[in-house]
Amino acid sequence: MHSICSQATAVPRSNFAFDSHAPALPTSKPINLRFCGLRKEAFGFSGLTHSCSSRVRFTSRGHSKRISASAENNGTPPKSFDYDLIIIGAGVGGHGAALHAVEKGLKTAIIEGDVVGGTCVNRGCVPSKALLAVSGKMRELQSEHHMKALGLQVSAAGYDRQGVADHANNLASKIRSNLTNSMKALGVDILTGFGTVVGPQKVKYGKVGFPDNIVTAKDIIIATGSVPFVPKGIEVDGKTVITSDHALKLESVPDWIAIVGSGYIGLEFSDVYTALGSEVTFIEALDQLMPGFDPEIGKLAQRVLINPRKIDYHTGVFATKITPAKDGKPVTIELIDAKTKEPKDTLEVDAALIATGRAPFTNGLGLENINVETQRGFVPVDERMRVIDANGNLVPHLYCIGDANGKMMLAHAASAQGISVVEQVTGRDHVLNHLSIPAACFTHPEISMVGLTEPQAREKAEKEGFEVSVAKTSFKANTKALAENEGEGIAKLIYRPDNGEILGVHIFGLHAADLIHEASNAIALGTRIQDIKFAVHAHPTLSEVLDELFKSAKVKATALSHVPVSEPVAV
Amino acid sequence: MAHILQTSFLPSTSTLRRAPISASKARSHSLRVKAKIREIFMPALSSTMTEGKIVSWMKSEGDKLSKGESVVVVESDKADMDVESFHEGFLAAIMVEEGGVAPVGSAIALLAETEDEIAEAKAKSQSSSGISSAQVVEEKPKQKEELEQAVPAVAPTVSSTKTVALGSAVHPASEGGKRIVASPYAKKLAKELKVDLGTVVGTGPLGRIVAKDVEAAAAAAASVVAAALPASPAIAAPVGSGIELGTVVPFTTMQDAVSRNMVESLSVPTFRVGYTITTNALDALYKKIKSKGVTMTALLAKATALALAQHPVVNSCCRDGNSFTYNSSINIAVAVAIDGGLITPVLQDADKVDIYTLSRKWKELVDKARAKQLQPREYNTGTFTLSNLGMFGVDRFDAILPPGTGAIMAVGASQPAVVASKDGRIGMKNQMQVNVTADHRVIYGADLASFLQTLAKIIEDPKDLTLGHER
Repeated sequence: MHSICSQATAVPRSNFAFDSHAPALPTSKPINLRFCGLRKEAFGFSGLTHSCSSRVRFTSRGHSKRISASAENNGTPPKSFDYDLIIIGAGVGGHGAALHAVEKGLKTAIIEGDVVGGTCVNRGCVPSKALLAVSGKMRELQSEHHMKALGLQVSAAGYDRQGVADHANNLASKIRSNLTNSMKALGVDILTGFGTVVGPQKVKYGKVGFPDNIVTAKDIIIATGSVPFVPKGIEVDGKTVITSDHALKLESVPDWIAIVGSGYIGLEFSDVYTALGSEVTFIEALDQLMPGFDPEIGKLAQRVLINPRKIDYHTGVFATKITPAKDGKPVTIELIDAKTKEPKDTLEVDAALIATGRAPFTNGLGLENINVETQRGFVPVDERMRVIDANGNLVPHLYCIGDANGKMMLAHAASAQGISVVEQVTGRDHVLNHLSIPAACFTHPEISMVGLTEPQAREKAEKEGFEVSVAKTSFKANTKALAENEGEGIAKLIYRPDNGEILGVHIFGLHAADLIHEASNAIALGTRIQDIKFAVHAHPTLSEVLDELFKSAKVKATALSHVPVSEPVAV
Repeated sequence: MAHILQTSFLPSTSTLRRAPISASKARSHSLRVKAKIREIFMPALSSTMTEGKIVSWMKSEGDKLSKGESVVVVESDKADMDVESFHEGFLAAIMVEEGGVAPVGSAIALLAETEDEIAEAKAKSQSSSGISSAQVVEEKPKQKEELEQAVPAVAPTVSSTKTVALGSAVHPASEGGKRIVASPYAKKLAKELKVDLGTVVGTGPLGRIVAKDVEAAAAAAASVVAAALPASPAIAAPVGSGIELGTVVPFTTMQDAVSRNMVESLSVPTFRVGYTITTNALDALYKKIKSKGVTMTALLAKATALALAQHPVVNSCCRDGNSFTYNSSINIAVAVAIDGGLITPVLQDADKVDIYTLSRKWKELVDKARAKQLQPREYNTGTFTLSNLGMFGVDRFDAILPPGTGAIMAVGASQPAVVASKDGRIGMKNQMQVNVTADHRVIYGADLASFLQTLAKIIEDPKDLTLGHER
């Protein structure tokens, strides 16, 4: 469970003494400590039972009296404050932090002005996974070639748009109620209304038109997340010019949709729309589709996810003006050259999806009351998520996690940051290693990655003077992938041949999003290639793709005698 | 969807390219073919590689190349590899386009030493295209040979002049010129089928060109070919806008084969029998099951096969001039105009396969035919041929019997007609004319007559067509 605790490797585990109050922690009660918001749906069903030893390992110094509080109850309030911890925003980050705080014995409240679950659960990862599950199945059923190769015959596959939309909506409601119940069950106070910081350790909240309530807390975490970013000149009407918020409701499946931005969001939606019969035009400001991915992975992904599908694209262009369809006219998109700013083209399409990224949702947080200035809306923080004020000083007892700080805009990163903060306020210094946080794009097949891309690694190597090697394996060589008739894909390992350190792993292929964790855990725990290559993988499984990958890496003999790998560096 | 965001943590890497793989350098080799114009060959990137796919050309025609510079990315069985130039010069002509497959060792481009020689190299690439590039591009040599021997079916592409650079020409928005709005898939298809979007009329929303418009345009272009020689599905003739009047152009090897086959057909004593069939019931059935992917072609093939099952002699042929060869299966060959040529994909066991499977099979065959990937047994095992020009409004025609088979049926358009019925009433009915050409050595007039009667019965009461299993 402690893959996030990069320091764990630096401290010999056997030295941890059980806290004397450890028996107060229930050993049989399932406790959700998963920091990945994407997995929350399993809460309540899982039989994960954590032994005391894994729970209380790191609690021997300081604040031990807090630990005495039972994790079953929301801790007792300190005299001077209403709460130990108040979290503003009940998204995945806030939820992860709240659960961990209760576990650590803190009396915790969470303030939510909208719906519990935030973007991920209501307008992001969760409903999109429902749509992508549908698109994956449609793709399979529509691929006669694929079916035939398996000896299957299926007559024409069709779908009911409303049924698909309902599936996504139902999933979001289900996960939302799981999330709410998990917090209620642990006794987290859910305060309804928009939260505003009014001064040090003081927050007010309330609905519009109702009197505000003021609450105090020893520590405050801002976890207000983000909203879709819509560039200037684009008019969103929610029907024909939409953001991911609207698209996830799947109110229509246009014949032709332009997707502005070819990052994760755009790519996933292109997968959904083309599977449901739309044709897609990508509009990308950079010179190449799928920026941000390892170039080699991006190139292969383009050959599989873009070129054979009903997709075309314009790269190196900005959409300066997008007008929704009205009066019988289609959606019009004016493009200019990204470099010369010359008008380049005008597109007429049925709909446009704006997937140009997300902007932090930090307006009205009252940051001016404590002299904090946002940067492009992001709340500035240090590596421990402590908020930095306009003068560059740390604001005591104020933290910011997740999309609002912009460090790594991923649900599970927010949750990990929240847990890291709770660790700190309960007396254990903790710095999260962001290089060990995996990311995934749930196209068919999936793309996943952790750590550095090859160019990033080479740049770092040049600066720091070490050598970089690359190993690759193909899904074509994997039995399970071939049994599924899904041999398309590669896994790529970027490593240091001198000491066997894993710098980055990138996977494109069947179930890549699930496969990445062996690599991310290795990075988090500082496991080296020469050690992990001896780990055994069940045969035949897709995980053997990574097994092969580690085995094909050539670590120099000098590294094989156990020289400690440098501790993972936090960023 | 917070996690599907780009973060500052993942920087843009668009301009960075991985270092060229040095191994490919040793393997990419250029040969001196003619003074100062060299061919760039498809390299062998692994010991098992027999052919390679061009992923992308990193240089365009006319670009200067220095020694060791990456020119092209080739896909091998495991990864993409950059192939470098062994010589300095100018990339004069690309002979295998992106996405094309070429056997190891075949020329994929020409390299000119000086700028002046680019034109010469281009000319060379065109003159040799009949030999080398035809092999190199999509078409597999094996199939090509087979085609020449067997029923000649594929004609060369209508005209290469029609293949305009689509990308830039399509959206001259800023210019005052006529804008072409085509959907992404329509553009892809146009490129594949070599249809000039400028000549296509859009029927999509607001006059947009959609996929079916391009398909229709391609079919219409092919029909020009078909119309030129409607006599037989086995005939293909190259018709292009590039014809120079007043010249004599020798046959290509394929046209030669067509010509031989047609002359050979004269040695077979054929005769013709026509019939008029009412199609109201068939049309209604088609409307009903169209949404399940059933095509009219499949329905006609199925009806014909069911009728043939009752008249095995019409499914027979005469091989040696003194015996009947009764075929064990009923394989319906259907003539289709594709890519400016004609081919006869075969629906095997059409009497036994259910209509839905048959329709899927048909789609698959057509797709394969378009991609020029039909295997010989998929176009030369027909026992009975269907040729349908009804979609072009042709109401009747007659077909030449392909050598080696017993009969071919020409199907005209189904058209509303005023019909007097036996009870003295007058009504409107949809009627189509069919005309069977048969080898009289084995099939006699009475055979055809009763076959056509059966066929008419099946089409006029088509409930059997949708029955699932063997009958």
